[in-house]
Amino acid sequence: MAEVTWGTLLKKGAEASLFLADWHGRRVVVKARFPKKYRPVALDERIRSYRTAHEPQLMHDAKLAGVPTPTIFLVDVGNAAITMEFVEGKQIKQLLSSISRAERCELCVRIGELIGKLHGHGVIHGDLTTSNMILNGEGKVFLVDFGLGEKNTELEAKGVDLHLMKRALQSTHYEFAEECFQNVMHGYAAVLGEENARAVLEKIREIERRGRYVAERKEEA
Amino acid sequence: MKQKSEQYCLGVESTADDFGVGIATFKGDILANASSGYIPEEGGIHPREAARHHAEAADQVLEEALQKADIKPKDLAIIAFAQGPGLGPCLRTGATVARALASYLQIPLVGVNHSIAHIEIGKLATAAKDPVTLYVSGGNTMVTAYDCGRYRVFGETLDIALGNCLDVFAREAGLKHQKGLPLGAALEQLAAKGEKLVPLPYVVKGMDLSLSGLLTAATTALRKGSNRLEDICYSLQENAFSMVTEVTERALAHTEKKEGLLTGGVAANRRLQSMLAEIAEEHDARFSVVPKQFATDNGAMIAWTGVLAYTHGVVTPVEESFVKLRWRVDKVDVSWLK
Repeated sequence: MAEVTWGTLLKKGAEASLFLADWHGRRVVVKARFPKKYRPVALDERIRSYRTAHEPQLMHDAKLAGVPTPTIFLVDVGNAAITMEFVEGKQIKQLLSSISRAERCELCVRIGELIGKLHGHGVIHGDLTTSNMILNGEGKVFLVDFGLGEKNTELEAKGVDLHLMKRALQSTHYEFAEECFQNVMHGYAAVLGEENARAVLEKIREIERRGRYVAERKEEA
Repeated sequence: MKQKSEQYCLGVESTADDFGVGIATFKGDILANASSGYIPEEGGIHPREAARHHAEAADQVLEEALQKADIKPKDLAIIAFAQGPGLGPCLRTGATVARALASYLQIPLVGVNHSIAHIEIGKLATAAKDPVTLYVSGGNTMVTAYDCGRYRVFGETLDIALGNCLDVFAREAGLKHQKGLPLGAALEQLAAKGEKLVPLPYVVKGMDLSLSGLLTAATTALRKGSNRLEDICYSLQENAFSMVTEVTERALAHTEKKEGLLTGGVAANRRLQSMLAEIAEEHDARFSVVPKQFATDNGAMIAWTGVLAYTHGVVTPVEESFVKLRWRVDKVDVSWLK
């Protein structure tokens, strides 16, 4: 197996670092999960190797569901490093505020469709934020970063997944979070049907009531 | 200390098991921070019993604070109180005390969000300007940072709070809440003697986390009896703290802010402090911990946040001073920051 040199640091995230590298003449991204000194070694190794092994599987499952994800070239569980296709494009996070309202709505519907496809195939992304979505040069939206994902068909898991999407919109794109989320749900319903979408929305409300997200009772005097 | 021209705010805190009264000057000097804690005979906080304790302790705590600050009630310029979030009966007791004082003295009343007060006292005490804050206590677990008029919530618990998780486990293990040694501190002492990592769930979902499954698994491990209590305490802490630290690190990376702040009752835990210090260093951020006297619920933080709000145009008329049990941080317009 050819050695992969890690190349130049593209992004130092919290959970992993991304390096731009060359692999057999291809531009690739090496996603490396370095040890976290704050956690005990045993716990740290468990988390890093689990995520490294599961992420490529979920990305593969996502592809089967018709959701674009980077192609995986190499998985090195020992070093907690994944070598994958470099998707050239823009993060949705950066795009959302710079495009027109109509474009934004259309994009959100498409994102909703992708999430619907994932959930329809029992794939939970686990970290649906606009930083984990890339629009490439051909207008295709890629989902990345499945490190916190899982295979799960339960309504609860789908609800949490979309709840996180909603929360990410609220904390980063609060000016139009509500409209964006509605459009995401339109796209979701287009793939999975109105009834399923309604059930998930009801679940999201339940999740919100469970935590500290809403004042579910009328405030008392 | 006391000057003739100085303006004072008295703050009343009563969201949970502590009844606290603090006095702050408009310049940000904390002159008094008195409190009385309700210790349940067994089990967790019983809201009605806690409220009864607060009603009984109120006059003493008020007097202690005024004496400590060496001022008379007529010297006060405003009364602030924790309007939420918290336990209904407890909140109402504090709100009643605050309304009575403000009406009698004919001075403005300012309702303060308890969680924001935890952040603001942390900033005041550590000179942090614009931090990513991890606020962890018996009732709250969240990562927040200021952006465009509000403290935005980047991550939080999907179910129970970190302090609640540790307290319930501690009670299951037979530890008792004693004056001067909260359950969390007793657990921390045991955890320090732990050596073996017992496998427990680690549940991070996006920037949110879930602690209820961890609590159940730790309790089950305890009942099985095949591990030392110290090892389970250690493992519970390591898992729970790693989870909140991971989420905080994500928020640091996401916001690219250069300060980190740890506040709330669980902030007193040294192991948690060391984990956060580590990630702050990793992201070239300055890390601060709220001093112990301001970590648990206290009146001083309410008084100081009352000053900030009042001096930026916030007054709460009595008819709008109803308590808000689930008042979220991100619903409050923070007029004093921009």
